[in-house]
Amino acid sequence: METVLQSVVQALQERFPLQIEEFRGEVHVLVSAEHLVGLLNYLKNDESFEMLSTLTAVDYWPQQQPRFHVIYQLTSLKRNLSLQVRVPVGAMEPSLPTVTRIYANANWREREVWDMFGIRFEGHPDLRRILMPADWQGHPLRKDYPLGYEEPQFTFNFDEINRRKPYAKE
Amino acid sequence: MGVEQKLGNMGVITTTLEQAVNWARTNAMWPMLFGLACCAIEMMAAQASNYDMSRFGMELMRPSPRQSDLMIVAGRVSRKMAPVLRRLYDQMPEPKWVIAMGDCASCGGVFNNYAIVQGVDEVVPVDVYVAGCPPRPEALIHGIITLHEKVRGEKFIRDR
Repeated sequence: METVLQSVVQALQERFPLQIEEFRGEVHVLVSAEHLVGLLNYLKNDESFEMLSTLTAVDYWPQQQPRFHVIYQLTSLKRNLSLQVRVPVGAMEPSLPTVTRIYANANWREREVWDMFGIRFEGHPDLRRILMPADWQGHPLRKDYPLGYEEPQFTFNFDEINRRKPYAKE
Repeated sequence: MGVEQKLGNMGVITTTLEQAVNWARTNAMWPMLFGLACCAIEMMAAQASNYDMSRFGMELMRPSPRQSDLMIVAGRVSRKMAPVLRRLYDQMPEPKWVIAMGDCASCGGVFNNYAIVQGVDEVVPVDVYVAGCPPRPEALIHGIITLHEKVRGEKFIRDR
């Protein structure tokens, strides 16, 4: 770990209950949902992580419990640092506090995570689907979401599939 | 070597109305710009000087559905794009034709998943399917000529 980043992580550890992971020089900070807003506020205002590069999620079902990690990739332009904050979320209806009041660009990113993973962001100003059609059922990037695989037509099963294929009318 | 030279100075040729109208339709069939993915690159190549689709009366790619006769669906259509595709098709004036260009537009291609329409024939009626991923410009032009043959054979006066 870089020495500058080390001091940041140390300062974080003094203030919040954390778990630190490091992989090939990239530092991941695991934090629980209730400390998320405080931690990001601190990182933005006191450690000059002024940019939220990305906000995404990973579904580790069925290997891990809790199944989701929501990932906040932060960048400090001033100090040329990057830090990853991860929040494990589980349960049937996962939810997190919104960070749109800290990083304004989290607005659409949180909508995307809601659309794809079904993780609610409490206090979000406009939590609608962003990629899928508005009337879509389910959240496609969850591991238990069906792939929607359609059987390919070959010569031997052409007629059978043709019968139930919905063709458009003129 | 047009037909007028064969006939000398008579200035008159006889044909059927069907043939005359279908000839006119095939020789000025304006396609609509509908590039959705990598197939659009090949569609552009088919339009450009090397392959030159204007040899077949198709030099004009119309950016408006109201001025076009042929919709070349070049690329994959996502479920969210499908209503748009149908709407553009409905806005085109009759008579109108559709070419599904490439595997994705024909049957979903490699994208066998929730997000992609498994063939645009679920959304609009397709006249010609062009296989390939993406099809070469020759293949697209062959598809267009196949469509021309189909249009030339169209009967709109009923036999009694």
